[in-house]
Amino acid sequence: MTMRRNLASLIFTVGLGLMLVSLMQGSHTAFPVEVGQNINAAGFADHGAANLVTSVVLGYRGLDTLGELTILFVAATAAGMVLGHCPGGSTPPVRGGFILATAAELLFPFLILLGAYIIIHGHLSPGGGFQGGAVIAAAYYVPLLAGSGRLFSEDTGSLIESLAGVGFIAIGLLALWGGGEFLAPLYSHNGAPGALLSAGTLPLLYLAVGLKVGSELASLLARLGGIGMEVDDDA
Amino acid sequence: MTLLVLGAVAVMLIAALAALLLPDLLGALAAASVVSLALAVLFALLGAPDVALAEAVVGSGLSGVMFAMVLRRVGYQPADEEETGHDDAA
Repeated sequence: MTMRRNLASLIFTVGLGLMLVSLMQGSHTAFPVEVGQNINAAGFADHGAANLVTSVVLGYRGLDTLGELTILFVAATAAGMVLGHCPGGSTPPVRGGFILATAAELLFPFLILLGAYIIIHGHLSPGGGFQGGAVIAAAYYVPLLAGSGRLFSEDTGSLIESLAGVGFIAIGLLALWGGGEFLAPLYSHNGAPGALLSAGTLPLLYLAVGLKVGSELASLLARLGGIGMEVDDDA
Repeated sequence: MTLLVLGAVAVMLIAALAALLLPDLLGALAAASVVSLALAVLFALLGAPDVALAEAVVGSGLSGVMFAMVLRRVGYQPADEEETGHDDAA
């Protein structure tokens, strides 16, 4: 069993290495890379976001971001469905000691603050909806790991998640209604460049992404962690 | 700079080998998290802070915790306390 697994890993590694070598040999002449330079030149003028990565993720490739959100949603749903109701985990949740529980509850608001900062400043500094949402989910998970009570309510989580998804699509439809393409950025040039209130609808889109990712991951982790499933185990 | 990059790559390679070869699944999981952590450092060194942030949070934080939860969910017991009927250790 271990032998077969190691053999499969070896074959995969060798194949990946061969692919990388062939890419490195062929790519310099075959594909002239001009997209990056064009975006560097035109990105700020197009969307007014100081962080060019946000300009690409939400401005030029908004539809791809919607696809990513859909994939994440389907993956979280499937994982929760397959693993959520399995009472196989015979070990009860381990309660961390007093120090661990207190530190986790102290850490919780600061992690929420960090996640919110990363989301809200996504159009100015590195970070954005996905990263900030993951930090918020981690914030909900630290107290659960330390065994200090249940902070996350799945009903509120699913409500926030649905509202954020609807908000993302509504902003896209607003652009469509205004005569542009679906998910085209609106009001890009109100506000000073680099100010918090700038880049039009991009911060709103990132807020929706962050809330959706955060509530999705937090509810998936709460479900996998077996919180609320102890009734099934004891029965 | 070059030394830092080489160090991060070396840590990644060693941790990846450990993740492949360790018989204990939880240990392999920790080693895989170390791979992600070194990769995040590498991204930050090479000037991609957005990707570094995502890799640090998702790769070395959430996915490790998620895999550990799944291991507990499917009834995996660490190798040194297998007194119950589970014999699904690799």
